[in-house]
Amino acid sequence: MAAMTPTTRYSDGARDTGEPETGAPARTPARRPRRPRPTIWRGAVLALAGAYFLVPLVASFVFTVHVPGHGITFEAYTELLSADGFTESLLLSLGLAAATIALSLLLAVPALVAVRIGSPRLRPVVEVMCMLPLVVPPIALVTGITTVLRWGPEHLSRTPLYQTFIAVQNEEFPVVLVLAYTVLALPFVYRSLDAGLRAVDVPTLVEAARSCGASWPHVVLRVLLPNLRASLAGAAFLTLALVLGEFTIASLLGFQPFAVWIVSISGAQARMSVAVSILSLLITWLLLIALSRAGTTPSTAAAAPATTSRKEP
Amino acid sequence: MSSTTDPRVAGGTRRRRRGPRTWLATLPLLTFTGLCFGIPLGAMAYGAVTRTDPASGATRVTGEHLARSLQGPYLGSLIGSVQLSALTALVGGVLGVVIAQAVVTSRSAGLRSAALTASGVLANFGGVPLAFAFIATVGISGVVTQLADLTELGWNLYSFTGLTVVYLYFLIPLMVLVIAPALDGLRPQWREAAQSSGATARQFWRHVGLPVLAPSLLGGFVLLFGTAFAAHATAAALVGGSVPLVTLKIADALSGNVLTGQENVALALGLDMILIAGLVMAVYLPLQRRSARWLR
Repeated sequence: MAAMTPTTRYSDGARDTGEPETGAPARTPARRPRRPRPTIWRGAVLALAGAYFLVPLVASFVFTVHVPGHGITFEAYTELLSADGFTESLLLSLGLAAATIALSLLLAVPALVAVRIGSPRLRPVVEVMCMLPLVVPPIALVTGITTVLRWGPEHLSRTPLYQTFIAVQNEEFPVVLVLAYTVLALPFVYRSLDAGLRAVDVPTLVEAARSCGASWPHVVLRVLLPNLRASLAGAAFLTLALVLGEFTIASLLGFQPFAVWIVSISGAQARMSVAVSILSLLITWLLLIALSRAGTTPSTAAAAPATTSRKEP
Repeated sequence: MSSTTDPRVAGGTRRRRRGPRTWLATLPLLTFTGLCFGIPLGAMAYGAVTRTDPASGATRVTGEHLARSLQGPYLGSLIGSVQLSALTALVGGVLGVVIAQAVVTSRSAGLRSAALTASGVLANFGGVPLAFAFIATVGISGVVTQLADLTELGWNLYSFTGLTVVYLYFLIPLMVLVIAPALDGLRPQWREAAQSSGATARQFWRHVGLPVLAPSLLGGFVLLFGTAFAAHATAAALVGGSVPLVTLKIADALSGNVLTGQENVALALGLDMILIAGLVMAVYLPLQRRSARWLR
């Protein structure tokens, strides 16, 4: 862990400049003098891979700031805040993400804890239910959702259920998207929480807390959840990234959260759509990097954004 | 696993009292998935195999939509999707293994953690932003296109080849993530043992390396295939309709003002996709379980 900061910087530089060819041989022969050949091969592979993964990022940044005939301008970024629909779509996406995170955790945490402490026989059922959405492509799920939503006007117009169908499709806050996103997020939430629960001896903790006289809510809120903090954060970050980037379901159901908005402005304002793409990438990446460090010690987690963000253009 | 069974043995009677209550805690999750996942899927499957007569309102079972989804342009789009997914999964799988091997065999812990973090991040980088990054880079007026005169060389981003290059951007890192633990599982001792018993490098890979890696390699390929197969946003933002893909065909049929029959073909296509993806997952999950043996 102590080596994380300097070594990350080393490899970042290596990706930019193709340094492994010069840097790595100097290091490895000191310890292992016999294999000079694979090092050249490795350097070439890593340099090519670095180029393939960096060029689109650098080029899109250049695309947003360089206007042919006008030179360098940051207008694509500065005009963003005043752009039509930017704030609305971003807020909508963030609101949807918050609701999705809350719903998926509220559903998954009790179920997984219960499976751990009292109902191990239900475990395969819960696992299959959570993993099944992986098998169904989002676009196939959408076809089903549109079919169901059409039932509202067709069959239920005289029942109280009809109002529910209208309410879940509210333009201001489409609950139907929250439901669909929760389904899509369940596999990731399940995996993250399951890994967290695996690392903790839940039955022993619960028994200990119960024999000390703790009530059930107390056990869950003060004993279990603090132990699951890292995996709860992981599940939340993955869900946030998923909702912020989701396009298929929202666009086909006719709503306009962030990803759909980016596509909608791409025709008239190509530069701005690329700028927003870069920004949304940056945000997602920072989230995911924070997540990948969430399991490590607090000090490295706090230092992580500073060391890794330099990778971006 | 043992941690869950031990207390069960210890507190047998107490558990029985507690049992029903913990069972209730799984109910919201199971109800939710049943309602919000089961009903749409059921509706899709039902719509794919039935036809409602608009005049009389009578519904009857028919294989017509499924049959039509396997004909003409729809079949073309299914084949296009399978071809694109197979090609990108194969190329991405091979390149991912090469990169992962380069990362794993380099003894720099920093390069390793940086490469794996970057892979985790890039593997999640599909969708609209990726499409726009590539449009800005190698699109018609993209930066690299202008610099290197790619159009003269016959390059076209909005084509099958273009899509392949874009898909590889998130498939290669995905393969690196999947295969790196398996490559770690190839202990140096095995290679040393093979060498000291006189095996060449080729013999080592043929008799030790590949058999050990085979489940992970196949599993990785299948996962990449499934990911590419289900991808819609990237292709939608990039090519619109110029490349026949089943996801784009479904989106067209759903968003356009088309006849009810056409809509049901979209449902049938969705069912086709689930069948293919389910097949793929049925291969992947056991393989993943088998390869998990080598991860520790």
